[in-house]
Amino acid sequence: MSTTSVARPVGDSPPVDGAGPAATPRAGEDPSSPHGIPAHDTGAGLTVVPRRNPWTWVGVVAVLILVAMFVNGLATNPGWDWPTFAQYFATETIIRALGTTIQLTVLGTIAGFALGVVLAAMRLSHNAFLRTVAWAYIWAFRSIPLIVQLLFWFNIAYLYQTISFGLPFGPSFGSVQTNDLFGALGAAVLGLALHQAAYAAEIIRGGILSVDEGQREAAAALGIPRHRQFFRIVLPQAMRSILPNAANEVISLFKGTSIVSVLAIPELFYQVQVIYGRNSRVVPLLLVATVWYIILTTLLTIGQYYVERHFAKGSARALPPTPVQKVRARWAGLALRARRETAEVAR
Amino acid sequence: MITVTAARKHYGSFLALDDVDIDIPSGSLTALLGPSGSGKSTLLRAIAGLEGLDGGTVTIDGRDVTAEPPQRRGIGFVFQHYAAFKHMTVRDNVAFGLTIRKRPKAEIAKKVDDLLEIVGLDGFQHRYPAQLSGGQRQRMALARALAVDPQVLLLDEPFGALDAKVRTDLRQWLRRLHDEVHVTTVLVTHDQEEALDVADRIAVLNHGRIEQVGDPVTLYERPANDFVMGFLGSVATLGGQLVRPHDIVLDRDRTTALALDAKVADSPGVITATVERVVPLGFEVRIDLRADSGERFAAQITRRDAAELGLHEGETIHARATSRSTVVDHDPALAI
Ligand SMILES: Nc1ncnc2c1ncn2[C@@H]1O[C@H](COP(=O)(O)OP(=O)(O)O)[C@@H](O)[C@H]1O
Ligand SMILES: [Mg+2]
Repeated sequence: MSTTSVARPVGDSPPVDGAGPAATPRAGEDPSSPHGIPAHDTGAGLTVVPRRNPWTWVGVVAVLILVAMFVNGLATNPGWDWPTFAQYFATETIIRALGTTIQLTVLGTIAGFALGVVLAAMRLSHNAFLRTVAWAYIWAFRSIPLIVQLLFWFNIAYLYQTISFGLPFGPSFGSVQTNDLFGALGAAVLGLALHQAAYAAEIIRGGILSVDEGQREAAAALGIPRHRQFFRIVLPQAMRSILPNAANEVISLFKGTSIVSVLAIPELFYQVQVIYGRNSRVVPLLLVATVWYIILTTLLTIGQYYVERHFAKGSARALPPTPVQKVRARWAGLALRARRETAEVAR
Repeated sequence: MITVTAARKHYGSFLALDDVDIDIPSGSLTALLGPSGSGKSTLLRAIAGLEGLDGGTVTIDGRDVTAEPPQRRGIGFVFQHYAAFKHMTVRDNVAFGLTIRKRPKAEIAKKVDDLLEIVGLDGFQHRYPAQLSGGQRQRMALARALAVDPQVLLLDEPFGALDAKVRTDLRQWLRRLHDEVHVTTVLVTHDQEEALDVADRIAVLNHGRIEQVGDPVTLYERPANDFVMGFLGSVATLGGQLVRPHDIVLDRDRTTALALDAKVADSPGVITATVERVVPLGFEVRIDLRADSGERFAAQITRRDAAELGLHEGETIHARATSRSTVVDHDPALAI
């Protein structure tokens, strides 16, 4: 250990871990401990470290015990049937089904948010008619459960057998069978997108409203044309409040694709059901789906962090460090302390 | 040259601009001065096109811009509340108007560097507005407005949100900047000291009307009415007339006071008053007085004169306005 004497107040609490470079703080910087109590130099070469609350340790131990029990259960309870899990986890059927799930998510997100932008613009329009139409759309599609809507689109061929392309009430240039245009997949994407658009519109509208009107005025006074004012000034700042909510929407849409299994579309959840319907190994197969949903949601969350960080530029005095930067900083701190200690030991 | 003719603006039934006519000569620094709510911002925003008019016209350098949106008026605007583009660096903020106009990169770089130097922000290019102080942010806003070579520069209480010291520094800096750049500038302010300090012309507004337009000396020495006089400095009512407190002479001896009186035709006469309080204000001393008629007023004299007179509370004194005094007839309808 270091030759520096470490004075500790009453008790046996260890020095705050990770206090690294804070071991000998310089004047002016206050490396706060996790308790918010700054460690400070006593002036006699002694470093005072804050005392830990004993209840913190009780909590930590209790949680650790629960986690250990759970992990133990996962590993030892034969009910989880890990061999079956391993057998199916990366089979071609599952991977292909995963592909369909991702495809539904991507198409639903793109179409949903594209329509959402239009609806948000309509709701913010000066034209009362457009405002009312958008309001009614959002009202309707937030009222109808997604599953009901999906079944409705799936059965649209029952209402309209053919769809013709032409002038309204005028001559038709041609027509197609509704069933050809709307396969099950088409119905699913349409349903997801229309549902998503209603929510996306509200999120985007909220984001735009959160940007101060002065920003648009300042742009106008600079001679910026209207659409540029929106895309270069308002939207980038609106993104800050749009993004976290939009990310939530994408993640819930991603999991929401499992509802599409009612249309017998071979997405992840449907295929898992088909397989356990055949071999009755329900739990390991549900686990296959669960683990895939977790993996993809994790990837989305990481992506969200970096996209949000990009749009946070300028909103705070300093950007928060990325996890990679945090690890590096901690590592540099540890290395510095180690070097200092070896130097002192050598002396 | 900006010409506003018969400008009217209602907010609901409230008349914010009441047939305003004003000419702002090219290259001048004109202040729009008036109390809060007098319509200064409304007039400035109407010139900018940020606010539509119910009647009247606005022309800039001979071009009628009444129906044009702000982006086609050739203006630069600085707002009281920082309207910096928060998601862009200082450099991008200043360059933005030029980037949008697709100017060559090299030209933009040079122009932005020059402007940042003029406003004293070289070295701050890569900061975000959130990382600047209030004064720095307003200087950045000024550079951003100047970057697009506006025909007119419109400033709406640009230093209003800053503390007193920074505000005085910045307004002197603005004056020097204007002497260098010479762009027609309109400055909105409710601070008469600021207007007198920087502007070469002042328009005084009250209740959506222009009371008087002129250079600072004219406005101070020959105000058109009570309101202008009262707004441009402190006043005392002496024998039913408004005078500046430092234009009142006090004398123990009634005859010398009367001798002075004989030289001035329209003088308010000599008033006999009782000293109520003697308040030292540093360089000057304020004497609170009560006339025999019961009217209270205050005179402001130098420390030396006060020492010579050696006034005491309760003592009787003769007061009159000096010959070069600013005197306007008191019109109760215009009283503040
Ligand atoms: N958007 C608005 N709606 C209603 N009244 C307004 C609006 N803007 C300004 N006013 C009113 O018009 C008057 C003049 O406002 P303004 O020009 O901002 O005054 P100031 O001289 O303080 O800049 C004020 O009484 C204010 O309340
Ligand atoms: Mg104002």
